[in-house]
This record gives sequence, structure tokens and C-alpha cells, in this order.
Amino acid sequence: MTGGWRLELDRAACRNAGVCVGIAGAYFELDADGRSRPRAELVSPDDAVVDAAFACPMEAISVLDTRTGRVVAPGSLHQT
Amino acid sequence: MAGADQRKLSFPFPDTSGSELPSEFARLREEQPVARVVLPTGDEAWLVTRYADVRGVLTNPLFSRAAAEAPGAPRIGHSGPGPHTILGMDPPDHTRLRRLVAQAFTARRVEELRPWIEKIANSLLFAVNVAPRPVDLIATYTLALPLKVIFELLGVDYEDRDKLHAWAEVIFSLNAHSAEAVAKARGDLNEYLRTMIDARRRKPTDDLVSALIAARDEGDKLSEDELVDFVLILLTVGHMSTANNLTSAIFSLLRHPDQLARLYENPELVPDAVEELLRYNPFTLTGTQLRVAVADVEVGGVQVHAGDAVVAALGAANHDPSVFADAGTLDLARDPNPHVAFGYGAHHCLGAQLARAEMQIGISALIRRLPNTLRLAVPEDWLTWRLGLTARSLASLPVVW
Ligand code: HEM
Ligand code: SF4
Repeated sequence: MTGGWRLELDRAACRNAGVCVGIAGAYFELDADGRSRPRAELVSPDDAVVDAAFACPMEAISVLDTRTGRVVAPGSLHQT
Repeated sequence: MAGADQRKLSFPFPDTSGSELPSEFARLREEQPVARVVLPTGDEAWLVTRYADVRGVLTNPLFSRAAAEAPGAPRIGHSGPGPHTILGMDPPDHTRLRRLVAQAFTARRVEELRPWIEKIANSLLFAVNVAPRPVDLIATYTLALPLKVIFELLGVDYEDRDKLHAWAEVIFSLNAHSAEAVAKARGDLNEYLRTMIDARRRKPTDDLVSALIAARDEGDKLSEDELVDFVLILLTVGHMSTANNLTSAIFSLLRHPDQLARLYENPELVPDAVEELLRYNPFTLTGTQLRVAVADVEVGGVQVHAGDAVVAALGAANHDPSVFADAGTLDLARDPNPHVAFGYGAHHCLGAQLARAEMQIGISALIRRLPNTLRLAVPEDWLTWRLGLTARSLASLPVVW
């Protein structure tokens, strides 16, 4: 298993701007109904993922550290 | 005319006075979805007109904005955003800059700005209401609203708006000004911004410019040139695109009285209506900046070579009948409406949520405060148009009611 980070995407919030696919196409893809989804849920740490999360206009992407549970990049699913 | 068929198409298409999307877009989408065209500079490019291909180009890292700003790259006009701007870079440089301000433009942040934007719209319309008619809605409203909003977010002195807007017009005009005039306007605007940034350094305020200065001075996140150019892009693109789209949207409504009446009767349609007006906008020339291929790559069955320029035609994509039924019809309740008026991929409009809010509020307030007898004050063909780098826009919008 590739450890490290878990990607979560709030599909209800996604507005299909394709920003994440444009910035980090290795990690995000568009599905048939045009919403984004992570290609894999668990990934090794990579700045491109955090960049994509911070650039998402809907804050739909969350990045969590699987060991510590720390929120690396807070998306709508992880905002207090 | 013999030989005419062999000639490459000039782009933007010469018919730029009508109120419909040039018919060439539909023809090419059908017959030649990736077509060779000649730009006003004499450089050539591939014009991509199908929705799927447009989205494909805009998410493919092989199509580079940085390469399109490099010396010697094909160009569409005398100017472009420039290599030090967010729009002139590729990830990861692009993303480094975008991250610095992305939080200021999220959907959540923009929600908080709505009451404030409404206040601005209402006070402008108060003046429109008492002005002698006909009233030019651009000067009084559709330009004034986005100008006020972005000036205040950036902390730029609203007193200087005429001068700053005039420079922006020159910088982002397709062919109305000489290369020297464009360079001078950009130089003047740069100098204005440098002076403003110096002053703000000494006396920080609570706005985006001060936040960017802190990112530079404390975090070393961007260079001084990048800082100045970032403010320049936010200031110029941040009011011109919204002004043009709000003007075009209102103009389209005035040209479709049935749809305007529908909106007066059902103001709750406004959010969907704005999406549809953005999609329908027949005045989109290109919609995006040129991309340059950094490797050989195939698009829609055509081999594009490294170094070739590509135009992703957003207007053509937004009228692609394989995605939008009755694409030529303005249907304010269209749903779903996955238009690409804000672009797609890494450079998808940073200000999209803000622009949406401004347009929704701008149109809601207009139909609330002006009676439903609102109409153009002159015949359509009296109106004059300006050609920008990505869209054409009305020079004035005289209305009566
Ligand atoms: C209705 C109004 C607007 C429309 C239709 C629009 C459209 C677009 C489009 C199509 C792009 C992509 C260009 C390309 O890929 O070559 C873009 C990018 C951009 N827009 Fe907008 N825009 C609007 C309003 C705004 C506003 C209000 C701002 C202010 C913050 C803004 C700031 C930007 C910036 C900074 C970029 C570059 C983003 C990047 O490179 O990552 N825009 N816009
Ligand atoms: S950037 Fe955000 S809104 Fe856009 S496609 Fe990705 S998840 Fe969806």
C-alpha cells in the first residue's frame, strides 16, 4: 500500500472547474458525469496534491495524513 | 473566386459587428474541428472548436502558457498577460502564485461579500434611476460595479479609476493600438502600481495587495516583478471581464424580450440565468489566451507539433450541440449547463465565484429597481464595439424605460 496521505473529494461541492485535473492530473480525473475524483484514495505525499486542494474554488478537496490524522489541506468535509 | 479556398482563415473572424456568434465556428466544429488559422500578427495557430477538444487542450500540460509567453512564440496581438503573471506560467510556478490568493476567492469567501456587493449595486442604480435618459448602462453600472468591487478588494484608490481603466483598455485591446502604445500603457500602469506598493509597504492595510506584499516580504513566495504583475492582472482582468460579461448579458436580455420578461416574472431564475448568459455570450472571440505545444501532440485527430500555437475557442465549445441542446437558443432555465465560459483546468478563472456573484447581484438589482419597460434606446446597429484580446465588447449601452 502507498501510505502517507488520503484524498477526499466532496462531490456535492465540486463544481467541475477542472482546476485539480489541470494542476495535478496524476491524482485527479474527471468521471463520466464531469465531476472530479481522486485516481487513488491513498497517495504518497506530493506538493501537487496540496496545491490542487488549495486552488479548488469550492474547497472540495481534503488531504489527510493517514498516520497522524492531521489535516494537511482542509476541504469542505473537514472545516470546523 | 479562384484561390480563395486555399487561403487560410483569418482569425478572429472578420465579421465582428453582428450580435450572433460568427457562423464560422459552427461550420468548423462540424467540418474541421482543429483548423489552421492566421492571427492578426501574421502568426498561425490551430483553432479548436469542439467542447471535448477544448477541455482536452485546457487540461493537457503539454499545452503551455509559459511557452506562449516566451520570446518568439506565436502571438495574437501586441500584448498578453506577460511571463511574470499567473496567466503566463505553468504549474508548479503557476500554482505557487495561485495559492497565495486562492483563499480570497473561494465560494465561501465570496458568499460573505454578497451584502457588500449588493450595497454597491443599489447605490449605483439609485443614480441610474435619477439620471437623464437615455442612460449609458456601461458607464453608470456594468463597468462601475466590478471596478468598485475589485478596487476595494485590492485597496486601490477609486479616484484613479478612469486612468487605470484607460490603461487596461489599451493593454488588452486586440489591434486598436500600436505596439508602442501598448508598451507605454503597461509601463505607466506598472509604475503606478510600484508606487502604490511602496506606499502600502510603509503603511499596510487590510486588503489583497497588503497580503501579497506580506507573502513577498515575509514568506519570499514571489519576486517583486511577480508581485507587481499579479496586482496588475487582478486589477485589469478583475474588472474588464466582469464588466464585459455583465454588459453582454444585459444586452442579450434586451435582445430577447421574452427571456427578459421571464426574468422579471421569476427573479429566482437569476443564478441559472447568469450561467446561461455566460454560456450564450456570442461576443467571445477566443475566450482564452493562446497555448503553445511543448511536444508533438494529437488533438481531435490532427497532429499538432511542438511550438505550434493553439486557440481553445470557448464560445464555440459553449455552442457545441453535442453538449448543449438547442445551443443557439438562450434558455435562462437551462440545466445542466456545464459551460466553459470561465475556462477549464489549471487556469480556470480565479475570480469565477466573485464574477458569478457580481453578475447575479448586478442583474437581480437591475430588474428590481428598473421597470420592465427597460429597452435599448437606439437601434442595435448604431452600437459600437471594441475588440479585446479574448472578447469583443460594447463601447456603450444606452437604455430607456
Ligand atoms: C464574468 C467574468 C469573468 C469571466 C468570463 C472570466 C473568464 C476567465 C477565463 C476564460 C480565464 C482563463 C483564461 C485562460 O485559460 O487563458 C480566466 C482566468 C483568470 N481570471 Fe477570470 N473571468 C471573469 C472574471 C474575473 C474576475 C472578477 C477576476 C478577479 C479576481 C478574474 C481573474 C482571473 C485570473 C487571475 C485568471 C488567471 C487564473 C490562472 O491563470 O490561474 N476573472 N478568467
Ligand atoms: S478543482 Fe474543485 S471544483 Fe474543480 S473539479 Fe477539482 S474538485 Fe471539482
